[in-house]
Amino acid sequence: MKIQILGSGCAKCNQLKENAEAAARELGLAYEIEKITDFREIARMGALVTPALAVNGKLKLVGRVAAPEEIKPLLQEG
Amino acid sequence: MPSLFAPYEWVARWATERIFGLDPASRLGSSVEFFLYDVPKVITLLVLVSFAVGTLQTWLQPEAVRRILGGKRLFFGNVAAAVIGIFTPFCSCSAVPLFIGFLKGGVPLGVTFSYLIAAPMVNEVAVALLWGLFGWRIALTYIGFGVALAIAGGIVIGSLRLEKWVEPFVWDVPAGAGEVTIMPLRARLEEGWRSMREIVGKVWPYIVGGIAAGAVIHGYVPGDLVMRWAGPGNPFAVPVAVLLGVPLYANVAGVLPITEALAGKGMPLGTVLAFTMAVTALSAPEMIILRNVLRPQLLAVFIALMTVGIISVGYLFNVLL
Repeated sequence: MKIQILGSGCAKCNQLKENAEAAARELGLAYEIEKITDFREIARMGALVTPALAVNGKLKLVGRVAAPEEIKPLLQEG
Repeated sequence: MPSLFAPYEWVARWATERIFGLDPASRLGSSVEFFLYDVPKVITLLVLVSFAVGTLQTWLQPEAVRRILGGKRLFFGNVAAAVIGIFTPFCSCSAVPLFIGFLKGGVPLGVTFSYLIAAPMVNEVAVALLWGLFGWRIALTYIGFGVALAIAGGIVIGSLRLEKWVEPFVWDVPAGAGEVTIMPLRARLEEGWRSMREIVGKVWPYIVGGIAAGAVIHGYVPGDLVMRWAGPGNPFAVPVAVLLGVPLYANVAGVLPITEALAGKGMPLGTVLAFTMAVTALSAPEMIILRNVLRPQLLAVFIALMTVGIISVGYLFNVLL
């Protein structure tokens, strides 16, 4: 599965990336994680506020950092 | 509403006299009492305001705001954008995706600017602090002038048809549409709670530090010194306060208590309002980040409008009061 973190690279984006990786590891998922910092790409994916989390190209969470526990079900629904 | 905080006042007086054994009329005693009264009061208000705003925000998710403002005309669109901006503060790192998403969603440039001005300027931290430190009338005045400035700034930019000074790539991006999450009331309240904890957790050290510095000024800095530099007799106090506010972008919580102490010694309230607006609305990092989507000419127009507007608010308020 492909996990994408959208954001300009502020502290919140890094926190979200860490939490998403922790969630994926705890679930034992095979994943690759990618940071998207280009504003064009962020806009194309439909995120109006950052940080945002997308799974396999689909936005799952926008505008805030979520805890690993909250991210787990988002990863599981694919 | 003095009665609302009467218990806080009583506790602060009691603790100053009985726990610290200080005379509230002495210098140290008045500083300590000031600190013990202001910290709990401001934090209580911040908890209440940020919980309310965090909850209301779930009805005004950015995607929903984009749909509301899409295709809106000049003036009514600007009014709607500025009013919505009161309830939807956002981090400056989101300014660019919002800007692109709004324009691509059919929100006119001037209306987008009204939102971009009001949302960061009228934020829960600034409002809670102004309310706690200066009273609800000043907080409402700040919101009123902030909204007015956002409406006026957006109308000017919209009327000048400055779309040509938006970076061309913005128009070419194929912007996707997000979704609006429908939540039950319980989830909205939980979101408000989460948002409140995040904000209070982040800013409380600044509030404590700022009020401590304010307390020292309150007890030790002589009034005539403040009157000479920042008082009504100095015609340049407002522009200087605005310039000082620009580099202090992230620290409204830390600097407002200091201005309260200065206001207590004679700095006029219009100067305080202008300073607060400069801190929240003229932040250097936001300008730098907006340069990604605005050509230098439009960025210059935006900064000039905001600077002139904020300084005018300061002078106007000083004259009216």
